[in-house]
Amino acid sequence: MNDRIYRILLFAAALVMPLVCGGVVYALVTDAREAFEHFGFFNFLTSSEWSYTEGAEQYGALPFITGTLMTTLLALIFCIPFSLPVALFVGEYFKGTRVAAILSTITDLLAGIPSIIYGLWGFYTLRPLIIMLDISPQGSGVLIASLVLAIMIVPYAASLSAEFIKMVPNDLKEAAYSLGATRAEVIRRVVFPVAGSGIFSAYILAIGRALGETMTVTMLIGNTNNIPNSITSTGNSMASIIANQFGEADDLRLSSLIAIGLILYLITAVINMIGKIMIKRARIV
Amino acid sequence: MESVIPILEFKKTCVSYTKQTMAVKYVSAAIDRNTITAIMGPSGCGKSTLLRAVNLMHSLYPNIRVDGEILLGGENILSMEPIDVRRRVGMVFQRPAPFPTMSIYDNVLSGYVLNGIRLSKAEKDATVERCLRSVALWDEVKEVLNKKGTFLSGGQQQRLCIARALAMQPDVLLMDEPTSALDPIATAHIEELMQELQKEVTILIVTHNMGQAMRISSKSMFMYLGELVEYGDTAAMFSNPSDERTKAYLTGKMG
Amino acid sequence: MDNANIKNRLTKDRIVLYAVSLFAGLMAVPLLAILGEVLLRGYEQLSWSFFTEPTPTAYRAMKAIKAGEPIPGGIANGIVGTMLMLAMAALFAVPIGILCGVFLAENPKNRFSQFVSFLTDLLQGTPSVIIGIVVYIWVVVPMKGYSAIAGSVALSIMMLPLIIRSTEETLRILPASLKEAGLALGGNRARVMLRVQLPAAFGGIFTGVLLAVSRVIGETAPLMFTALGCSFIRFAVDKPISAVPLLIWEFFNDPNLQELIWGASLFLLLFVLTLNLTAKYLAKKWNQ
Repeated sequence: MNDRIYRILLFAAALVMPLVCGGVVYALVTDAREAFEHFGFFNFLTSSEWSYTEGAEQYGALPFITGTLMTTLLALIFCIPFSLPVALFVGEYFKGTRVAAILSTITDLLAGIPSIIYGLWGFYTLRPLIIMLDISPQGSGVLIASLVLAIMIVPYAASLSAEFIKMVPNDLKEAAYSLGATRAEVIRRVVFPVAGSGIFSAYILAIGRALGETMTVTMLIGNTNNIPNSITSTGNSMASIIANQFGEADDLRLSSLIAIGLILYLITAVINMIGKIMIKRARIV
Repeated sequence: MESVIPILEFKKTCVSYTKQTMAVKYVSAAIDRNTITAIMGPSGCGKSTLLRAVNLMHSLYPNIRVDGEILLGGENILSMEPIDVRRRVGMVFQRPAPFPTMSIYDNVLSGYVLNGIRLSKAEKDATVERCLRSVALWDEVKEVLNKKGTFLSGGQQQRLCIARALAMQPDVLLMDEPTSALDPIATAHIEELMQELQKEVTILIVTHNMGQAMRISSKSMFMYLGELVEYGDTAAMFSNPSDERTKAYLTGKMG
Repeated sequence: MDNANIKNRLTKDRIVLYAVSLFAGLMAVPLLAILGEVLLRGYEQLSWSFFTEPTPTAYRAMKAIKAGEPIPGGIANGIVGTMLMLAMAALFAVPIGILCGVFLAENPKNRFSQFVSFLTDLLQGTPSVIIGIVVYIWVVVPMKGYSAIAGSVALSIMMLPLIIRSTEETLRILPASLKEAGLALGGNRARVMLRVQLPAAFGGIFTGVLLAVSRVIGETAPLMFTALGCSFIRFAVDKPISAVPLLIWEFFNDPNLQELIWGASLFLLLFVLTLNLTAKYLAKKWNQ
C-alpha cells in the first residue's frame, strides 16, 4: 500500500468521529426546535406541566430535570461509603494481593451486568423489601432507583479512585510512617490529599454515568410526571420519560422529548468533559 | 549509670526478605550517644536494610522478617509498637520527599499532625522556627512559610525533611544516603549541618561516598554481603583496615 | 497518658481497616444476589425449545397459564436479532474504529487528532438513550420504519469509541523500537503498521472488541426506538427485529409473559459475563 492512500484512509476513518458527533448535535437541535419555539426555551426548562390532552398540550422539563438530579445525587451519596473502601482495599491495604484481585473481579462483573437486569433485580428483590420495611407503600420511587444506581456506579468510581490511590508515591507514605503515623493516619493525611483531585474526578465521571442511566431508573422510579417531593415519592428522570413515552409520541410531544434528550446530552457532556480534564491534570501531577 | 547503656545496640540482628536469603546476617554493634556513625559497603550489601530495621520500616511489608534484637536505650524495639519506635527514631530518605499538599510550615509540623498531637499556635511557631533554624533553612524560607515545600530546591527540600524529622525530637536520626540526589554544594551544606546536629541527636548514616564518611563520622561500619565486616573508629579504619575486604573496598578494588 | 494515646490510635487504625474491609466486601452481596436470583429463577426455563422457538403470543401464553402448563416458546427471535445486529454493527465499527485508533496513535500531537480524541471521550460518555433518539431521527424516520439496520447503527456508534480507545492505547504501549526496526528495514509506514505493529497489537485490540461487544449486547433503550422488536424469527435487515434485552423489557411489561423473564435474563447475563471474563483473561495473558 502506498503511503498516501494509507494516510487518506486513516484520515477518512478519523473524519467519522466529527461527522457522528456533529450529527448527534444537529439531529437533536433540529428536532428539539419545535418544542423550544412553541414553549420558549426558558419556559420549557422551568415548567412542571406535562399534559397531552389534545388542544391543550403543555410540556415542561422541570419534573424530569429534578428527577435526574435527585436520583444522581442520592446515588452518589449511597455510592461513596462503598466505593471509597473498595478503592482503599484494592489500591492501598491489599494492593497487589489475591484478595484485591478477587474484589476487582467482583466489581468488574458488577460493571458488566446490563442495566435492564439491575432493573429486574431492583423490582423483584429490593422493591418488596422496601415495602416490607414500610419505607414506602408502593416500593417504587426515587429512593430505590438511586440505591440500584449507586450499586451500578460503585465499580466506576472505585476502580478509577484506586488507580490514583496506587499512584501515591511510596516515598511519601514511608516518610509519613517514619514520623510515627498509623496506616489510617497516613491514608487521611497523605494518601487522600495527594490522590484527592484524581479521586474527585473519578466521582465526577461516576455522576456522568448515573445521569444518563436509563433502564434501571425507568423500571424503578415509578414513572409519574410530577416533581418528586420526597426521596420516597415517585417521579421520572429525563432518561426514563424518554424511554417511557418516545415510542408512542408524535409531533409536539416527540419534539419535547427530544428537547429533554438535548438537555440531558448537554448536561452529561459538560460533566464528562470536566471529569476528563480533571483526570488529565491529576495524572500529570 | 545511663551513660553505660549505648543509645542503640544491634544484637545478632538479621533481616530476611525470603525464607532462603538473608539480607542482613547477625549484625552486632553498639552505638554511642551523640555520635555520627557511617554505614558503608557496596550496593546490595544490606546497609540500607539494616538502617531501615532500626525504624521498624520492615514491619510495613509483611514478607520481611527481622530477627535478633535491636535495643533502643536498652529496650528491644522489635517487641515495641512501631508507631512508638518511629517517633523516637527519625528518618531521612534518599530522595527528598516533602509532603506535596502541605506548606513548608505544615511540613515541619507534619509529625505532630500525623500523630494527632495538638499544639497551640505559639508552640507551633516556636517549633517551626527552632527546627528550621537547626537545619539552617530559617533565613531562606521565613518569608515563604506558607508556600508548598515542593517549590524549594533539592537541597532545601532535604533540609526541610531533616527539620521535619527533628521536630519530633527523636533520640536517633537515620539517614539513608541523604545527599546522593543532591549537588556538591547542597551536600556540603548538609554535611556541615550534621556536625551541629550530633549535639542533640545520634546519627546513623548510610553512604557509599567514602569521602563523606571520612569527613563526618567518628565511627564507621563496613558491610559486605549482609555481614558486618568491620566496625570501629573511622580514622583508624581508613588508615589501617583490619579486614582484607574492607581494604579492597576502601582502595576502590570493589563495588 | 502517652501509652493511652498510642493504644487509642492503634484501635482507631484497626477499626478503619475492619470498616474498609467490611464495606468493600459488602460489594459481593449485590453480585451474588443478582447472580443467585437470575440463576435460581431462570435455570428451570432453560430447555432446548427455549433457544429454538420464538416468543409465544400473549394469547397462547395466557392459555397455557390457565391450563397450568409451562409457557411455550422461547427467545430464539431475540437471539437471532441480537446476533444479526451485533454482526452488522461490528462490520462497521471494527474496521472504522481500528483505523481511527491507528490515526490517533500515528498522529498524537496533531490538532485534528486531539479534536478526534476529545470527540471519542464525548461519544463514550453519551447516554445510550440519546443514541437511540438520534438514530431514530437519522435512520428510522427516513426509512419510514424501524429496522435491524437502525438497531445496528445504534450499537455500532456505541462500540466505536471503545474500539478506538483500545486500539490507540495498545499501539501506544508497543515499544517504539518495533516501528523503528520495521522502518529501518525499508518498509513504508503502511506496511510497518499492517505487518508489524497491528499484529503485535492484535491481542489488545481483540480484547477491546470483545469488551465493546459485551458493553452493547445488553443495551435496551437505544434498541427500543430503532429495532423495536418482533415476535417471530426474521433475518430481514430492513424490518423491525427483536433482541434479547428487548424481549426482557417486553416480558417485564406483559403480565402473561413474566415467567419468561428469568430464562432470558440468565441467558443474557451469562453471555455478557462470559465475554467480559474472557476479555479480561485474554488481556492478562497477552500482557505477559
